[in-house]
Amino acid sequence: MKRDVCFILNGEPVKASIEPHVTLLHMLREVFDLTGAKEGCGGGECGACTVLVNNKPMNACLILAVEADGLDILTVEGLSNGLELDELQQTFIDHAALQCGYCTPGMIMSAKALLMKNPTPTEDQVVKAISGNLCRCTGYKKIVEAVMDISNRNLGS
Amino acid sequence: MRIVGTSINRVDGVKKVTGALKYVDDIKFHGMLYVAVKRSPYPHARILEVDTKGAEALEGVKAVITGQDVPNRAGLYLEDKTFLATDKVRYKGEAVAAVAAETKEIAEAALAYIRVDYEELPAVTNAVEGLKSEAPLVHPDLGQYKWGPIFFPEPGTNISNHYKIRKGDIEKGFEEADYIVENSFYVPHIQHCPIENHSAIAQMDADGSITLWASCQSPYAVRKALSVAFDLPLNKLRVISPAVGGGFGGKAGTTLEGIVIPLAKKTKGRPVKLTYSREDEFVNSFVRQGMHATIKTGIRKDGKISAVKNTFIWDGGAYTEYGVNIVRAGGYASTGPYDIPNVWTDSICVYTNHPVGGPYRGFGMSEIHFAIEQNIDMLAEKIGMSPIEIRKINGLRPGGKNATGQIVDVCGLQECLEDVAKHIDFNRKESGSQPHKVRGKGIACGYKAPSMPNDVASSAIIKMNEDGSFHLLVSAQDIGQGSDTVLIQMAAEALSIPPQKITIKTGDTDYTPYEWQTVASRITYCAGNAVLKACEDIKEQLLELAQLRLGVSKRDLVLKDEYVVSKIIPGKGVAMKELALGLSMADGSGIHGPIIGRGAFIPPNVRNTDKQTGQGEKPVAFWTYGCQGVEIEVDIETGKIDVLKVASCFDVGKVINPKLVEGQVEGGIVQGLGSALFEELILENGIAKNPSFVDYKIPTADDMPEMIINFVENPEETGPYGARGVGEPCMVPAAPAIANAVYDAIGIRMNSLPITAEKVLKALKEKSSVL
Repeated sequence: MKRDVCFILNGEPVKASIEPHVTLLHMLREVFDLTGAKEGCGGGECGACTVLVNNKPMNACLILAVEADGLDILTVEGLSNGLELDELQQTFIDHAALQCGYCTPGMIMSAKALLMKNPTPTEDQVVKAISGNLCRCTGYKKIVEAVMDISNRNLGS
Repeated sequence: MRIVGTSINRVDGVKKVTGALKYVDDIKFHGMLYVAVKRSPYPHARILEVDTKGAEALEGVKAVITGQDVPNRAGLYLEDKTFLATDKVRYKGEAVAAVAAETKEIAEAALAYIRVDYEELPAVTNAVEGLKSEAPLVHPDLGQYKWGPIFFPEPGTNISNHYKIRKGDIEKGFEEADYIVENSFYVPHIQHCPIENHSAIAQMDADGSITLWASCQSPYAVRKALSVAFDLPLNKLRVISPAVGGGFGGKAGTTLEGIVIPLAKKTKGRPVKLTYSREDEFVNSFVRQGMHATIKTGIRKDGKISAVKNTFIWDGGAYTEYGVNIVRAGGYASTGPYDIPNVWTDSICVYTNHPVGGPYRGFGMSEIHFAIEQNIDMLAEKIGMSPIEIRKINGLRPGGKNATGQIVDVCGLQECLEDVAKHIDFNRKESGSQPHKVRGKGIACGYKAPSMPNDVASSAIIKMNEDGSFHLLVSAQDIGQGSDTVLIQMAAEALSIPPQKITIKTGDTDYTPYEWQTVASRITYCAGNAVLKACEDIKEQLLELAQLRLGVSKRDLVLKDEYVVSKIIPGKGVAMKELALGLSMADGSGIHGPIIGRGAFIPPNVRNTDKQTGQGEKPVAFWTYGCQGVEIEVDIETGKIDVLKVASCFDVGKVINPKLVEGQVEGGIVQGLGSALFEELILENGIAKNPSFVDYKIPTADDMPEMIINFVENPEETGPYGARGVGEPCMVPAAPAIANAVYDAIGIRMNSLPITAEKVLKALKEKSSVL
């Protein structure tokens, strides 16, 4: 039995009719064609599917689609505005904070959630915030540097 | 140079930070079918019967295949595998049948309706046991398989390759020694853990030709293996690799591609997709082979190593089509980066009933260096010498000879060693941050060469557009290492144009030109050379036309800032874009046509080694040398190890993009740290016990050490701008450096990986009960 869900997706109200066993990740990817969030494990272990739910970073593979009803969901696709990148996205590029790119959308969303809550995090806070997002390529250093760059800029302004 | 050597941003950055890049699992086609795979519950069993009728009858099921649909053997170096099991299963998890259905749920449900009758067979679950004469044979038909001439299988045994080094006079070498020391080590199976699991889609066209989208590092090598397996001519099989979400070797060969193609042949043009689960990725793609090492060394009191006798026994798993070459690499590099006059090495690949061993970043080097570099420290202690000094005495230098007798041409090992010793402040003892914590420092050297057949080829095409922009076509795949960016930098430098004017296209065997494989830390070197040759071709054409246009001899013309200009007459020149479609003559006629550059490359003069002795003048294209030092802290109450600091220095010949190569090395260090401290695919009676990120931990941001990354640049004579590869070498010394630091901290030698807190604590307790 399908159920209707209404929620805010990347700033716009949307509706879907969805089987109750389907995950939020599956709905985003298959129904809304938003494939930025990735399935790396399907069990909340790798963080590649991280999206913001009411501004909190969550593993979309662990949330049922029907639970999204009434919530505000932000995916990586909602960060940039047309060709204009979010400051965090640009900083990831400037710092070479990505390699294969598969963890990058989830990584950026975790870091974004931190910066929304705390615009001037310390390095320890950054590390903690992204420690649920596995990256096999970068060794994390340049990712932390990218986020700290924004933190330092915010501190200066 | 204005572009090579600068940290331009990655050209694929925007697509990746916006989530816009489509990886294979992100691709969706109308009418697409989904696949589930029936897998073996046993490590070793004869297949008596497979009955698929129940699954075929299920509503929504469109095709079912078994091993009988894919009878041909395939493989890169040794054709020992079929994509689904035919006569027997050789590891737990091997594909036996597969279903394509309207939804993934239906495909998965259908598996329960496939009945497979097995007769269990005794399994080989330890490579050393597998060598014994009474061991069950994993491949009784080995003698009938095809293999390349540089591999030495022994039919009638479980040995699929026995690679030998016989250099100098080993007995004499031991006689000259003051001490003879023998040590043994073990390196367990680990998994690549790319964040993207394998994924592939196949579709058959009306004429029977197949298009395959696969998350693969090497579309051409994949095409070749699949054409053998399915009797498909190469012009009827198109392989597209749209993007790769991390490879590390695991996506170099063929795995699930061989399952979707036979299904697609039965689905009347409907595309068929299979994406691995994380558990599949751990067990059913590739794993890094386990390895048992014994090293017997003769050393003189003055620190000079006079003889080394190595036995490396590799747990190749159920199929070693790729693994045989890792064993060969482990053989020809078996001394590590040291100049040792007398060497005897047996590097042996053994079939077991374990998951399939395959290429993993380092390609044997990480495994052998874990043994070699600890052994060096143990020798140093034996003769009362510092770990730095013994490496200085024995380390390779230009003019020295490596294990194959090759004379070393370029080698910055000693410079790297000095740099690392300085940055890790090796001789300074540090005290722990708390009373129950102790510090230690360790150092390890490493080297690696591209482990590939001698004559592997690369090519590149550059097309000039009417506005002076370019398209660069290659099949070198950017799997995260940054090759798209680096190849553009090289081309931009060669053509004297801004990098933004070049768009790169990769990974489509119908449209992008041949590249053997994206493996072996070879792309910067091999594909880079092909790109430079394509640029030379373009340059030659442009100068020819400009000579006619300007009336200046082409000897006196150069490419400069998007113009062809005279070196002699200031201001005389023509914009390159005006020549893009050829040259318009004064009478209105035209000549030449569009400017298209073609480049091809094979590493020069790489030759086979002697079959009996493994000796040869130039067995590899180049060697990359380097060193890493670490500082760690061990909690003696819990056994937990924190890696605080890593200093790294490699001789890369020429840094093309400082920011990208730094990132690559940082990634290699942390991957090496994972293999040192946490990672092991635990196999009990052939069954993987921890195929998930819950039970198999890889490093998180919290495990990241401080990293100091340096390079020296002794140019590679045949390298593009002098460059050589470093993608794999940078992982190689990390684990042994940590192990050496553990010894420095607590006086306990850890002979096997991973060095978990449990192992450390147990060893500490044993040590204190002995004292």
